[in-house]
Amino acid sequence: MKNLFSCLAVASMAMTTPLSANEMSEPNFHVVRLQVDGTENNEGGLVTWEGEGWYGGDLDKIVLRTKGEMQNGHVEASELWGLWSRNVSDFWDLQAGVRQDIDPHPTTSLVIGVEGMLPQFIETHAHGFVSTRGDVSARLEQSIDLAITQRLILEPHTELNVYASDVPELAIGSGISSIEAGAQLRYEVTRKFAPYVDLVYETATGNTARIKRNNGDDPSDLTLRIGLRIAF
Amino acid sequence: MKRLILAIACASLAFSTAAYAGEYTLVIDKQTVDVGGRKGESLTINGQLPGPTLRFKEGEEVTINVVNKLKVDTSLHWHGLLVPAAMDGVPMFNGFHGIRPGTTFTYQFKIRQSGTYWYHSHSGGQEQEGLYGSIVIEPADKEPVPSDRDYVIVLSDFTTETSDDILANLKSDSGYYNYARRTAGDFFSDMSEKGLVATIRDRLAWGEMRMDPTDLADVTGYTFLVNGKSESANWTGLYKSGERVRLRLINASAMTYFDFAIPGLKLIVVAADGQNVQPVVVDEIRMAIGETYDVIVMPKDDKAYTIFAQSLDRTGYARGTLAPHEGMSAPVPPVRPRARLTMSDMGMGSMEGMDHDMSGMSGMSGMSGMGGMSGMDHSKTSMADMHAMHGAKPAANTKADAQPTGWASGAPPGTKVLSYADLRSLKKQKDTRPEEREIMVRLGGTMERYIWTLNGKKEADATPIELKYGERVKLTFINDTMMAHPMHLHGMFVQLVNGQPAERLPNKHMVSVPPGKSYSVMLTADEAGEWAFHCHLLFHMQSGMMNKVVVARLGAEGAK
Repeated sequence: MKNLFSCLAVASMAMTTPLSANEMSEPNFHVVRLQVDGTENNEGGLVTWEGEGWYGGDLDKIVLRTKGEMQNGHVEASELWGLWSRNVSDFWDLQAGVRQDIDPHPTTSLVIGVEGMLPQFIETHAHGFVSTRGDVSARLEQSIDLAITQRLILEPHTELNVYASDVPELAIGSGISSIEAGAQLRYEVTRKFAPYVDLVYETATGNTARIKRNNGDDPSDLTLRIGLRIAF
Repeated sequence: MKRLILAIACASLAFSTAAYAGEYTLVIDKQTVDVGGRKGESLTINGQLPGPTLRFKEGEEVTINVVNKLKVDTSLHWHGLLVPAAMDGVPMFNGFHGIRPGTTFTYQFKIRQSGTYWYHSHSGGQEQEGLYGSIVIEPADKEPVPSDRDYVIVLSDFTTETSDDILANLKSDSGYYNYARRTAGDFFSDMSEKGLVATIRDRLAWGEMRMDPTDLADVTGYTFLVNGKSESANWTGLYKSGERVRLRLINASAMTYFDFAIPGLKLIVVAADGQNVQPVVVDEIRMAIGETYDVIVMPKDDKAYTIFAQSLDRTGYARGTLAPHEGMSAPVPPVRPRARLTMSDMGMGSMEGMDHDMSGMSGMSGMSGMGGMSGMDHSKTSMADMHAMHGAKPAANTKADAQPTGWASGAPPGTKVLSYADLRSLKKQKDTRPEEREIMVRLGGTMERYIWTLNGKKEADATPIELKYGERVKLTFINDTMMAHPMHLHGMFVQLVNGQPAERLPNKHMVSVPPGKSYSVMLTADEAGEWAFHCHLLFHMQSGMMNKVVVARLGAEGAK
């Protein structure tokens, strides 16, 4: 918990630094987006959440992200990021800040990366992390919105995690540690309220998969999740 | 609703009697309104939406007291009027700081022109929220084209969302209001029409630019109004058979282009942006935001005609009626299908000839190019890159029949749609000099981030355009974006370079520049001051598409 506070402190510090006098006069905006879903897997009830909020103007923003999952009422993974996001080209923001993992094992990491859109409207988040224990890792998240109708949107999404070395505390081996691929089908009642179903395949890979199997766990999981996406 | 109508009736009576008294009071307030069944808060002027019609006479010395009853600053700008710079009403220009809550600001100026104009707030998004009204100026001499009846037709777009919410939604998701995106169904219908390969190529080309060809209007969800009345309330103007009826059309919307027509009647255009032109007979007018057109119609039969203004994105229409008696109505035509931009609209040439290897663009998005990204020229929009890469030159001022297809009105063949090329000044222009210099104005932006720019800069970062007093310049707009931009200059008229002889170039204060096209206008800098120069799409202006034109009178008092 202490770590969480220090993470927030860093994020709030970042919030006050980069704005010059000229930029201060520009209007600021904010958005909060959350999605929560639930499903049954072979271990029981699984709830996952993802959230992002930002505050700022055209050039500088403060971004908070959270992500996590709860298995049978017990939080198994949770992370909170605080980033400063700076627009560097039409479609890209450069981001830097702190990521605090609370579960499964408290870990504080520095984050540097980019968020933006590739040609063909591919939303992309690519971040590198260095933990206070010196572990180096990276994550690539991509998604694209495909309009089936004006309100029924199919969003294929992927996530890839890579570790430079073994991280025994997290039961992670070096190399590509996990891949997630899914397809979310949501109905945008409004742009800010959209129930969805999400077919998600997650799998640990390489050394990480081997560790999982050795622990008697199934390295992969296919779930159909039902959830809600809201924004305000 | 009844009370509002009564209020409007009383107020218009008051204004017709107070007509040339010279002193006017406008009270700006906020109240609940019910427009076509949509209840919401609206800003009002003297309790009305739109505000009252101000009727002036050429040569009149007017005094306008503007009382601010809001909790925030406000302002009123006299759109199209030649006024001293300090009376122009744009906050942060010419030492004007807006009208503080609870205070009154007194505008005083001499009316130096005649015709149809309007006024609106220039503070934040207040124009969207109801602060607009019409101005009719009677000429000192006789109207060159007399009429038996005279009606003001104020077209506007009403919403119950606040302008701050709209802008925030656009900033977080530029496609927030677009419910006409290309869907899977469109893919299959395009495929059966053009073939699979062409359809995929087309999708890839738009995807490469990260642009959406269906983005015709950034904001939707509007109720379109004629003189503050929704389609069902049906504003009605009466006529007697055989009369000449003058309609003073004003597009006072925040974000909406209209295609205006009165099915069954020819429109004789006699003035554009308040300035008299040689009469042109047309069937339809595409009205940019901020434009005014005076048209004469001559209904002969004893029947009703529908005043029909469909929004460019075809999400709806404003409607009224011209009729011999109250309570009559005519059929309302269906809105036409929505247009969609094509690659050739964007100056890209035909699809077949297109080179899809846009390595220059994909390079900037590559993850590995991160270090280089910070050094990139951020002023360049994707479209500007495309122009450069394909060596496409901006086209010269386009004639109506050569308009880009995605910008076409979609009117049936044989329909005469007014073109800028048709406009000829009624009065001979005094200044017919060629330009001393040309000033290029690139209209740019990044839809994805909802940032809009002039010459690559947002208002906050821009260097003002400086003109010498009396200087004759050519302003050339180059539209690098896929939206039309209605460009507005305060304080002075420009003359469209529309192919007419120099002494007949029409005066305008609005210049609509179609997507991917360019357009030139002439300007004599004969009004000293700091003049706002901006896109009149309200949220483009708020997102940076504005600059200052400074006309400096260097120690030459009375040089005029």
